Amino acid sequence: MVEKLIFEKSVSGRRGHYLPPLDVPACSVQEAIPAKLRRKKTPVLPQLTEVEVVRHYTRLSSLNYGVDTGFYPLGSCTMKYNPKINEDVANLAGFSQIHPDQPAESVQGALELMVKLQQYLAEIAGMDAFTLQPAAGAHGELTGLLLIRAYHAAQGEQQRDKVLIPDSAHGTNPATASLAGCQIIQIPSNGQGEVDLVALKRVVGKDTAALMLTNPNTLGLFETQIAEIAAIVHEAGGLLYYDGANMNAIMGYARPGDMGFDVVHFNLHKTFSTPHGGGGPGSGPVGVKRKLEPFLPKPVIIYDRQKQRYRFDGERPQSIGRVKAFYGNFGVLVKAFTYILMLGGKGLKEASEKAVLNANYLLKLLSQDYEQPFAGLCKHEFIVTPPKTKEGGIRTLDVAKRLLDYGFHPPTVYFPLIVAEALMIEPTETENKSTLDAFAAVMARIAQEAEENPEILHQAPHQTPLSRLDETQAARRPVLRWKAD
Amino acid sequence: MYPERLKYTEEHEWLLVKEGRGIVGITDYAQNSLGDVVFVDLPEVGKKLKANESLGVVESVKAVSDIYAPCAGIVKRVNENLFAAPELLNDDPYGEGWLVEIEIGELAEALLTASEYEKFVAEEE
Amino acid sequence: MPFLPHTRAEEETMLKTIGVSSVDELFGDIPRELCLDRPLQLPLGLSEKEAWEEVERLAQKNKHTGQYLCFRGAGAYEHYQPKAVKHLLARSEFYTAYTPYQPEISQGTLQAIFEYQTSICELTGMGVANASHYDGATALAEAALMAVEATGRSKIAVSSLVHPEYRETLKTYLFRRGVEIIELPYQEGLTAVDELAGVLTNDVAAVIIQSPNFWGSIEDLAQFAELIHQQGGLLIACCDPLALGVLASPGELGADIAVGEGQSLGLPLSFGGPYLGFMACQEKYVRRLPGRIVGKTVDRLGREGFVLTLQAREQHIRREKAGSNICSNQSLCALAAAIYLALLGPQGLEEVGRQCWQKSHYAKELLAELPGVSLPFAAPFFQEFVVQTAEAPALINQRLWEAGILGGLDLGRYYPELENYLLLCVTEMRTKEEIEQLVEVWGGVSGGKTHF
Repeated sequence: MVEKLIFEKSVSGRRGHYLPPLDVPACSVQEAIPAKLRRKKTPVLPQLTEVEVVRHYTRLSSLNYGVDTGFYPLGSCTMKYNPKINEDVANLAGFSQIHPDQPAESVQGALELMVKLQQYLAEIAGMDAFTLQPAAGAHGELTGLLLIRAYHAAQGEQQRDKVLIPDSAHGTNPATASLAGCQIIQIPSNGQGEVDLVALKRVVGKDTAALMLTNPNTLGLFETQIAEIAAIVHEAGGLLYYDGANMNAIMGYARPGDMGFDVVHFNLHKTFSTPHGGGGPGSGPVGVKRKLEPFLPKPVIIYDRQKQRYRFDGERPQSIGRVKAFYGNFGVLVKAFTYILMLGGKGLKEASEKAVLNANYLLKLLSQDYEQPFAGLCKHEFIVTPPKTKEGGIRTLDVAKRLLDYGFHPPTVYFPLIVAEALMIEPTETENKSTLDAFAAVMARIAQEAEENPEILHQAPHQTPLSRLDETQAARRPVLRWKAD
Repeated sequence: MYPERLKYTEEHEWLLVKEGRGIVGITDYAQNSLGDVVFVDLPEVGKKLKANESLGVVESVKAVSDIYAPCAGIVKRVNENLFAAPELLNDDPYGEGWLVEIEIGELAEALLTASEYEKFVAEEE
Repeated sequence: MPFLPHTRAEEETMLKTIGVSSVDELFGDIPRELCLDRPLQLPLGLSEKEAWEEVERLAQKNKHTGQYLCFRGAGAYEHYQPKAVKHLLARSEFYTAYTPYQPEISQGTLQAIFEYQTSICELTGMGVANASHYDGATALAEAALMAVEATGRSKIAVSSLVHPEYRETLKTYLFRRGVEIIELPYQEGLTAVDELAGVLTNDVAAVIIQSPNFWGSIEDLAQFAELIHQQGGLLIACCDPLALGVLASPGELGADIAVGEGQSLGLPLSFGGPYLGFMACQEKYVRRLPGRIVGKTVDRLGREGFVLTLQAREQHIRREKAGSNICSNQSLCALAAAIYLALLGPQGLEEVGRQCWQKSHYAKELLAELPGVSLPFAAPFFQEFVVQTAEAPALINQRLWEAGILGGLDLGRYYPELENYLLLCVTEMRTKEEIEQLVEVWGGVSGGKTHF
């Protein structure tokens, strides 16, 4: 360990925070809480002064790499810059210190913000209504599939429980389908990396609940036959689900709703810059076409025109129910709202335009040294694989680890599964040309190292606080918590 | 690499039949494609299995694979050593890395001989 | 445009390198009929100053806890967050990082989560904890699915005194999985243990008990553990981690899985989110525990470090066979909780807990002296308690609100059979004076903002 565990720094008797003295007449615990319900063994928590705690976490932070540290071309994750205003707006007392169960009249600003955000997202998606409840993309997917099942059930078509998923899909899609009680049918990709229509036609039918699709797909390619795909699925009575992971490619250019999708989810932490937080909190709002609106999670926010007031409405007999307590990751919603306000419709389109420009530029630079499994232009991200070498080829993992030595965060690796040794690269729109040039130069240098000195790649990284970690040992003999000796 | 005395399945299990009992494991090819095995989940002794039913799971760091019963029958013993030392599956797939012993009711259809399995694996690659 | 870097000249060079003449050419693969032929109908785009003012305007339309006295909990609690927490969370190396997939440059997040997991294990008395879940409600729902998988059974028994919104979430999660939910009745402010014998049969995967329950009463988890274990099922305990400085841990009391809402560990109210679902279980169920888990290992040179581990449980490897589809956690919220616990330490946490119940007991005693107010339940409680009133709760709350006080929750909203019952919450935040102010206004003695 680079930094000792906080528990190992602990000294019995130290303390980092003190409370005001108790100002009410003390009553006896013994009387109030029976002995069998009281804690006997004090939990082992760190005992440190405030400065020790502050130094510990400050040092831990320095072992991390964030978007603020440098280029983070993690494919499908949209690691764009997170404007600082986002953090400040979420911390406004009028947002961060409001109780979820205050009278509606005292949270009109919060409700107005949520309704406006729903409207903005609906406009960007080409959908009719949105729910902000889902806490993450995967949570949005579950919500979306439950909506689709509820819709079919209301049409008397309970039997529709098959979800069609392309083989290039993210693992979350099949896991979600299974969580929603559905079976999965995998659709192969054709030679161009798009959905194989012949295969699709073969499997759609009376049991089709939905097709889940990302567009542009995980290869960074726009599904050009989307209109036909939609027609095939709709004709069979199924619905189309849009995984918004890659929405950053097409904002203002094309909308899932116009492509024929019935349900979409967005990832506010990706497309709308709210940051990723080291793994969360995110937010995964779900949009639907009008016919699915009655099934949205409750409560929904409505505007009472007479009283000129927003309020929650829980009387939704067809709703799938709640997907979490309260109304969603509100603090994250405030950030996304602010981001949309700042960029506006024109700015969002320009963001997508530059995201696609950056990706194509970087692809062009990298294609000199790396293999490009799907020829042609890409959208906001692309796949390359390491070049063949004398030794027989370098592994993607080696390239990724070597990038760490040069101060870059590696791309997504080994995904999508249909391309062996994939490096999935998404530069995002907020990176300038010099950064892209520098990254390309390092990638070229790594390709050269692979020819001349492959060992340096196998042993990489050399410059990080720790070198490659043994994941086998971690999983064989799990140590998942610290224990006092 | 594929001992003659064993029977094989297309799911990469092997079966050693001896006096009405069958010992089941996974092949060298299977352990090699999985990589470092980190965890093995096995059925309880006494469990009744149908042929081709999933009897357990083998996990590596980056993959997970179901184990299918090459015969119907009752589980008589499981290799408990694997719980503490799953690496036995990588080190000695046909010996110390065996998984379960089954009192054979009936063999699954289409079990392969060593040479048939070898051919099957070559085609799969 | 904000956050977009290219100059006109750079853009020209880049287009030339790519070999296209315009940016629109890069979008040529989108069929023309699918292209949006008009600008997005959105705001025009504001400068940072204008955006700040607009958002601030909306914030000012809300009344926050700095402007009123909060006596409401019901799943969201106002506690004091030491200033250091917010400052450390503002380290952008934490909040602008992704999930720690590259452990060599993510030891900060990984170690912080490992330490968080340790603290959750200590508080709950469990063997292992995950890196966190969306919130208490979803953690509870996924714990139920975990129990269904672990036992191969398809019924879940849940106390009617589990938070109503958690039960609704549970229903949403379980419905399409064909799991039957049995609701357990209440009695005297507690889950009715006497009526359980017939309900807890050997096809029940788990019984879910919240303690302190939705009405604030402390349940005797051990009784439930014994009953369900006799039938081979599991006990899922839903707990408030803040209370565990003074209350016996679910582990000690025989729970198999412990979940709950970690917002009470100093996270802001934030209108209901982002919060922190925590999930812990006995060690033997670790491979069924959903979500991210951090483990300790060594690097190539033998130095200790941390990685995401046991990933073969998760969706990106197991796909449709994964126990859950979750692929994130509430990392930053878990970090906030870990820092909070480190600052308070065991003594501080115990003291916060003690002050919560001391102050709530004080409030209860004063309120009980008011005419028309009675205490329907004698069960021990932590920081929330129920009072029965002669006057309609809406009237009482209206009077309080006009005096700058957020009163109790009208339980009739969730339990129609309970007319004129209010659920009040008093945390360490409320002073003696503020509690007395509540009682005065409630009793109609004063219009508020005054003192005895």
